[in-house]
Amino acid sequence: MVATATVPVTSTSAGSQTRLQSEASVVDIHCTRVAFAVNGTRQELEIDNRTTLLDALREHLHLTGTKKGCDHGQCGACTVIVDGRRINSCLTLAVMHDGDEVTTIEGLGQPGNLHQMQAAFVKHDGFQCGYCTPGQICSAVVVLEEIKANIPSHVTEDLTEQAEITTAEIRERMSGNICRCGAYSNIVDAITEVAGVRT
Amino acid sequence: MRAFSYERAASVEAAAQAAAHNPESRFIAGGTNLLDLMKLEIEKPSHLIDVNGLGLDTIESTAEGGLRIGAVVRNTDLAAHETVRRDYGVLARALVAGASGQLRNRATTAGNLLQRTRCPYFYDPNQPCNKRLPGSGCSAIGGITRQLGVVGTSEACIATHPSDMAVAMRALDAIVDTVKPGGERRSIPIADFHRLPGNTPHIETELQQGEIITSVVLPPPIGGKHIYRKVRDRASYAFALVSVAAVIQPDGTGKVAVGGVAHKPWRIEAAESELPNGARATVSILMADARPTDQNSFKVDLLERTLGAVLAGARG
Repeated sequence: MVATATVPVTSTSAGSQTRLQSEASVVDIHCTRVAFAVNGTRQELEIDNRTTLLDALREHLHLTGTKKGCDHGQCGACTVIVDGRRINSCLTLAVMHDGDEVTTIEGLGQPGNLHQMQAAFVKHDGFQCGYCTPGQICSAVVVLEEIKANIPSHVTEDLTEQAEITTAEIRERMSGNICRCGAYSNIVDAITEVAGVRT
Repeated sequence: MRAFSYERAASVEAAAQAAAHNPESRFIAGGTNLLDLMKLEIEKPSHLIDVNGLGLDTIESTAEGGLRIGAVVRNTDLAAHETVRRDYGVLARALVAGASGQLRNRATTAGNLLQRTRCPYFYDPNQPCNKRLPGSGCSAIGGITRQLGVVGTSEACIATHPSDMAVAMRALDAIVDTVKPGGERRSIPIADFHRLPGNTPHIETELQQGEIITSVVLPPPIGGKHIYRKVRDRASYAFALVSVAAVIQPDGTGKVAVGGVAHKPWRIEAAESELPNGARATVSILMADARPTDQNSFKVDLLERTLGAVLAGARG
């Protein structure tokens, strides 16, 4: 059982900045100070070691665009970009990201100033309920970067040639983002338009 | 998740000593498997030792002409490395056949080797499991076994090792380099690194408490055609039903390891002398001791056909 007496601050204690500071000495061994940038803004947290990056973003920094789906790395709804790489924010601890630069869906674009991938998802109706969409978009933006950087995938035919942007590559590379509404074909349309691929 | 203390290790030796002093500690690098299991309280470490900042993230040539892969090199970086793509294609192929892009960006070389099984009974804390709770029994035997092991199994455990990467490394005769808490170094051939379940399925590798993997070394390239063929229930992002990692030479000889069938990457060197005679002859030796269930006996046939496709691909 969790020793709540010695761990008053949990990853779900939203808005507890004051408690965090006042009780820091009590919870010392189960908390760690960490600083990272989120969407260009430096954030410093004294945080329960158990807190995932996902919970830190949502519950401590109130950036609720990043979604919690399965919380086990199976659905991709929590995908964010850390130092240019897309990762499942549910399967990494916030305290492991000292000095990192995190970009969430809020940092990619905002209403009136959409990232071109966000605009393409709107144009192609690349969602239904929208819950997986922030993860889909964060993933899609980096997928195109990964292909340009010549990172191979399961469907890359020749490992010694530059990887190409094709719908087969996009489908394979997006397989870690599940959409239970089944908007996949429209998602692929949105990504291929941004990539400049003819379908 | 249970509460735990956390430290960023200052050196490999310090990490090994910290782990030796606390049997309830775990190393963490990518965390993609460990945190998953901690959320389910299948893993309950009281202390985590972060080994990301120790300079174990490089890939370099060895004096012998092989390749030394740092323990925390990410799966993405290993698959994308020019030398791996050119000289060890079976490894690059195995890596990109596993998990998702997001997971490969975090998952590490050593962590991949140390993955726990995906046996559903191991993952369900309400079910007896000798691997999770030694002596409690095996719920998989007599249960739903379609995904589970067919060879090298025991009365205590029929789980499989889930890695794709490790199967390719087994075919490539990789060596796992470690440092023990006392500072002693050792090199463990991957054939000896993973254990069969026997009566102690909770002991999965030869590593001792506190012993830390520093790198995995590949021998010099052996040429040949490199193929990794994975059969799964969907086209992407699923664990293997069976997989074949093969390096096949122009004369039809070669090396073959298979995944999805055993508690460790499965290879029987004696079977490889049958490769020029085809998949049936080879698999008959590879699977000579197989004890499949009614639900997973298809894996033996599927393995023969998968190897057949690999050998046809190597000729073509």
